[in-house]
Amino acid sequence: MTTLESGHVSYELKRATRPKPTPHIRRRIRPRDFGRTDLLLLIASLISALATTWILFAQLTLLSGPFGFLVVCAAIFLLYYWTSNALTNGRRVASDRLVGALVAIGSLAMFTPLVLLVGFIFVKGVGLLSLHLFTATQKGVPEICLPHLPCPKPGVFHAILGTLEQIAVTVILGVPAALLTAIYLNEAPGKFASTVRVMVTAMSGVPAILAGAFIYAFWIVSFHRGFSGFAGALSLAVILIPTVTRGSEEVLRIVPKDLREASTALGAPQWRTVFQVVLPTARSGLVTSILLGIAVALGETAPLLLTIFGNTGTNPNVMSGPQSALPLLVYTLVKSPRQTDINLAYAAALVLFLMIFLIFIAARVLASDWLSKKIRNARNRRAPDLTPINALTVEDLL
Amino acid sequence: MTTQTRSELGLGSAIKSAPTPLRLRVNRSRADVVFRNIVKSAGFLTFLILFLIGLFLLLRALPAFRYMGWHFFTTTGFQTNSTKKLPAKFGVLAALYGSAVVAVISIIIAVPVSVSTALFVNEYAPRTLLNKIPLRSFLISLIDLMASVPSIIYGLWGFFVLQPRMAGISEWLSVHCSFVPFFRVPKGTVVFTSSYLIAGTLVAIMITPIVTSMSRELFSLTPVGEREGALALGSTRARVIRDVVLPFAKGGLVGAVMLGLGRALGEAVAVSIILSLVFGISIQTLHSGGLTIAALIAARFGSGGTYGLSALLACGFVLFVFTLIVNLGASTIVNRSRRAS
Repeated sequence: MTTLESGHVSYELKRATRPKPTPHIRRRIRPRDFGRTDLLLLIASLISALATTWILFAQLTLLSGPFGFLVVCAAIFLLYYWTSNALTNGRRVASDRLVGALVAIGSLAMFTPLVLLVGFIFVKGVGLLSLHLFTATQKGVPEICLPHLPCPKPGVFHAILGTLEQIAVTVILGVPAALLTAIYLNEAPGKFASTVRVMVTAMSGVPAILAGAFIYAFWIVSFHRGFSGFAGALSLAVILIPTVTRGSEEVLRIVPKDLREASTALGAPQWRTVFQVVLPTARSGLVTSILLGIAVALGETAPLLLTIFGNTGTNPNVMSGPQSALPLLVYTLVKSPRQTDINLAYAAALVLFLMIFLIFIAARVLASDWLSKKIRNARNRRAPDLTPINALTVEDLL
Repeated sequence: MTTQTRSELGLGSAIKSAPTPLRLRVNRSRADVVFRNIVKSAGFLTFLILFLIGLFLLLRALPAFRYMGWHFFTTTGFQTNSTKKLPAKFGVLAALYGSAVVAVISIIIAVPVSVSTALFVNEYAPRTLLNKIPLRSFLISLIDLMASVPSIIYGLWGFFVLQPRMAGISEWLSVHCSFVPFFRVPKGTVVFTSSYLIAGTLVAIMITPIVTSMSRELFSLTPVGEREGALALGSTRARVIRDVVLPFAKGGLVGAVMLGLGRALGEAVAVSIILSLVFGISIQTLHSGGLTIAALIAARFGSGGTYGLSALLACGFVLFVFTLIVNLGASTIVNRSRRAS
């Protein structure tokens, strides 16, 4: 059998010395692999859990109620899922899958209310949207409709106008202060920068109702100004400033340091570096953080409750006199015993939600655009290493 | 001594001149000085606003504090109108207790849900679905959207959808779990709406997205080296979570929960829609009635009485101090853990 070919001999020897594969070798199991069998296992556990719960609830009637059904079903599902996985894949994989199923159920519990909430607002509100709703106000709407008297339907025009005016004033007051604070924290930090940062965090945790109470005690009582949209805007600014400051600071932090250094090296003073290099670079990120701040301020009810008082008619003057706003309108109508009021609350809530949703989407689109641009820039920055420019040495330049 | 030995080595002159570093002098132009001062004063604006909030709440609350003295913190009633027959008697105790109850209930419900959602999004959910749909970033924006839904819409939904359904659960709990003191009800209770439990659940739903996004951020800060080391040693994802992710995020999680607690303490509108004001302290959470400081201010604002407004603002000042302590503590913890990782 031996040959003179050395390679062949060594091959034979290797074959001989290699231990034979033991018959009980375990196949490699990666918990991350989720094949067809695993999917079937998941579906089977789910179906049998549902069936078991159904027997418990409908046949034996030990328990009842949809909430109890879900809880029991989830518990039984976890049990089945763990057992079946332990039998087929081993305990280790089973415990990994169990934790996975557990956190998945947790996140279902988190996302379900959102879906229900948005669905509820849409189902209740969509049928009520009409041109009349956006042009009419609550003024002149009688308490009870009598058959021989005119009975106009209420609208939310006054509330939309009030909200838009208040938000505009809030933005004018709050955004410059917030941006300058973010610049202070990131571009020109002094001794107190870290303290200011802590204060901003603390301010963002101040309850919204206290922002309203503060403006009430400060502006309306101490300065004798009376309820007005402007007071509402002031209290909203108290909420807007920390939100926008924190967002903008995060954005400014990502602006590459090289840009600042290049600008400084070219002899630009700091204010020009900030306004002509840093801020334009971060523009869409800053707009995103401002938009998210506006979305938060737009939905606040509690501060408006104490500052704008509410109004059934239109008051276009933001500086004086009580105004209405969408969230406040919803709040005042929600506990009303009359169905027309509750319908108006649904419609106003839907309008408010749509406004916030649009702003949110705009912010997301801008942010993703900005992010992709940043990634592209990062790639470009890596590329020059290969270009001939880097091959230039100091002697070449001299 | 060291210089001598070094000078023996012939390095003396070089060492002697080294220890004084070059002083950098920055000559700023006048425009830059103005710019920096403007920016700095904007930074101090937050200081000023926070200070003014505390100051003006305290100023307007002084009459109430002076009238009640220390009894303000030990009285449960809220009778703010002074007449000859019936002098005013009010205090923050019941409202403070209620705020704590609602906050604790909401934290108990929200924290497990938030942490598991954050773990699911970060550790278990596939990055993309069918290699196309970016599932993870979609879930993250969904959480952010949930966080920006206004509290009044949560309140509306809670009042019309959650409350009627929760009432049945409350009743079931009161019948079957009455061995737990929290789930007992006074005899003859038939109304299970407007309770602390329902308000707490609603607030839990409201603070979940905030706590989730904060804890998700903390989890994503887990050092890659440790995580991959654990995987290389054969850990499953569950073990990675238990042995690497959670221990690293522990400190930060405490901070995130505290920030959620601050939010829950200050929620006014949704709670005041659900709760019907009842002044009193009871350990039971299922029956109708209760109050929190924020809901009290929202509901009673504009009501008259000798000390009506002053008493409300005094309660507001107490809430302000409490949330400030909670938030400052939380942000310190979060910052420290972020720096540590």
